[in-house]
Amino acid sequence: MKLILSLDTTADQLPPGHAATVLAVQAGRGVALRLRTLGLRPGSVVRALAHGPLRGPVILEVEGTRLALGRGIARRILVRPHP
Amino acid sequence: MTRVALVGQPNSGKSTLFNALVGLRTVASNFPGTTVEVARGRAGARGRIVEFFDLPGTYSLFSSDPAETVTREFLREGEIDVVVHVADASLLCRSLELTLELGELGLPMVLCLNMMDEAEHKGLKVDMAKLEEKLGIPVVTTVANRGVGLQGLLRSISRARPARTFAYPHDLEQALGKTREVLKQAPAQRLPLRHAATQALAGRLPLSPSLKAELEPIRAELERQRGEDPALVLADARHALATRVFEETVQVVHARITWREHLDDVLMHRLLGYPILLATFLGLFWSVYRMGTFLEGLLTPRLQAVSEFLGHALGEGVAAQVLLGAVDGLWAGAAIVLPFLVPFLVLLALLEDVGYLPRIGFLLDGLMHRVGLHGKSMIPFLLGYGCSVPAVVATRILEDERDRVLTAGLAVLVPCAARTVVLLGLVGRFVGPGVALGLYLLNAAVVAGASWLLSRLVPNAGTGLVLEIPPYRVPQPRAVAGKVWLRLKGFVLVAWPVLVGGSALLALLGALGWNRWLDAVVRVFSWPLGLPREAGVPLVFSVLRKELGLVLLEQALGTGDFPAVLTRGQMVVFAVFLMFFVPCLATVGALGRELGWKKTAAVVAGTTVLALGLGLVARAVAALL
Repeated sequence: MKLILSLDTTADQLPPGHAATVLAVQAGRGVALRLRTLGLRPGSVVRALAHGPLRGPVILEVEGTRLALGRGIARRILVRPHP
Repeated sequence: MTRVALVGQPNSGKSTLFNALVGLRTVASNFPGTTVEVARGRAGARGRIVEFFDLPGTYSLFSSDPAETVTREFLREGEIDVVVHVADASLLCRSLELTLELGELGLPMVLCLNMMDEAEHKGLKVDMAKLEEKLGIPVVTTVANRGVGLQGLLRSISRARPARTFAYPHDLEQALGKTREVLKQAPAQRLPLRHAATQALAGRLPLSPSLKAELEPIRAELERQRGEDPALVLADARHALATRVFEETVQVVHARITWREHLDDVLMHRLLGYPILLATFLGLFWSVYRMGTFLEGLLTPRLQAVSEFLGHALGEGVAAQVLLGAVDGLWAGAAIVLPFLVPFLVLLALLEDVGYLPRIGFLLDGLMHRVGLHGKSMIPFLLGYGCSVPAVVATRILEDERDRVLTAGLAVLVPCAARTVVLLGLVGRFVGPGVALGLYLLNAAVVAGASWLLSRLVPNAGTGLVLEIPPYRVPQPRAVAGKVWLRLKGFVLVAWPVLVGGSALLALLGALGWNRWLDAVVRVFSWPLGLPREAGVPLVFSVLRKELGLVLLEQALGTGDFPAVLTRGQMVVFAVFLMFFVPCLATVGALGRELGWKKTAAVVAGTTVLALGLGLVARAVAALL
């Protein structure tokens, strides 16, 4: 079990331009598997690129691709921001 | 004949490659999930015939949306001789995970690194010889949209061989070994064992209850040791293996940053993105309208002169009337439909190939959520502006059954190219482009409202948007022209004959004096809507093809000069009804296949009520103005 630090947050809260390391993906098997095949897994480095308005999706850059993730899903991705 | 399957992750360019190999067969676009059905075509390679199958994109053989299931089943049951893994070379590390997974099928394989130009742009240098050695299969490079590397790919197919087996960590291999022992008891088990074992361990293989019960302790034990679902453990293990192969064979030198990397800063900007989106829609609409009216004005007088000449020459007999009807249908296709259809299809193809569609999905996801859908549903909706049939089929990219049904049912309300022809050719031309534009906005509002209402009845199950945003690409003229031609062929081969036949049929009924009876039957629609008696048949016959509504209207009224016989209000009411009325027969067929006939009947009934209701509202509004 990883120690959760106070700076840790969820991917939907990561400000655009900031990078972070994924700590955990707290989603059901189907969604977790889909995210993994897209490169989102504990240990992978993500960078937030944009937040859609109206609680729209967030854009994360992961392993050279850009993913649009709905807020509901981004909220389940626990990340540790890089200093 | 060698049967070769093109398999790969979504948007890796399988369809583009397929079209380049076998000649134009299938629509390729720059967004994930364009292909949801298997297409086939043949090519000659060194005097041998090779049959290629273009399979829907799949991220992994574990995934489970309906399009991906098609791919998995086809790989197992399709009697494939060679698997060509088409990988986006610029995403090589992620693609290699699928290479390893496909390798477990034990089939002869080739790895095709497509979009090699983009990989170089990203600074990736691949040691091809080493990659071949590591994987144990031929590796070739292509740039499918420019036709580069096709010969090399064709030549490599005869060298295809099963990929090397990669060993997972010890505990996983043990669990797989036990799984294999269990599976060996299954008599009908014909799948390659390593593939079957990983699928079964991941809980992805349909098995008899007794086998399932035997496997359960193995799965539970692994889950207890690793603290995670075996499917995720396997996916991670494969990722680790793929990463090692990637690091040993690929060097990343500095990437070149160009306009493409900065375009999204503007186009997906939280404020700027929307005016640009609106401007894009307006620009699309305006260009199609201008080009369409220009071309129509050019063609109509000439073709009308021919028709009048024939009318004089042939005289009044029944046969002559029917022939004239057929000729009218023929020229209406050329003069009314094509002028709007062709520019529309060209512009749509450009938007698709640039890669703007997924951006629209991103921009509108927030709004879509408010009406109970998510941004991925946007892709079927946008395709619906082209044609409802692919829009309905494209709902297969949605994982959730409820999303699929809602999206398919609503996407058929979006005015397709045929309805655009009616909207622009009738309302735009004779009432005003502003009014036609207003009808598009009305349509969007109705779709949103219906979605909001329906999602209250069927609450959201909760999976959110997961959508890959592909890079921008410069549309290739050949690819755009090819796609337009493919879609146009659908009109020429299917719709045009219907226009000719329908028009001839109506002429026959008129010549025999039977049309009065028919008009009386369809009076249930034309009377409440305040339309002339003769407009009823075109309205109802538009179910065959939406363009037919306009073509038959012209024939039924005996003139293409609509303002002489219809008020502006009547034209708008006609267009509103036709826009929402039961989607054409081809679409009903597609709905039936995708949703089942019960839900399709509900869509048909719902759209009829909606069309009648909104037609009445339009009539009332027109009367007030």
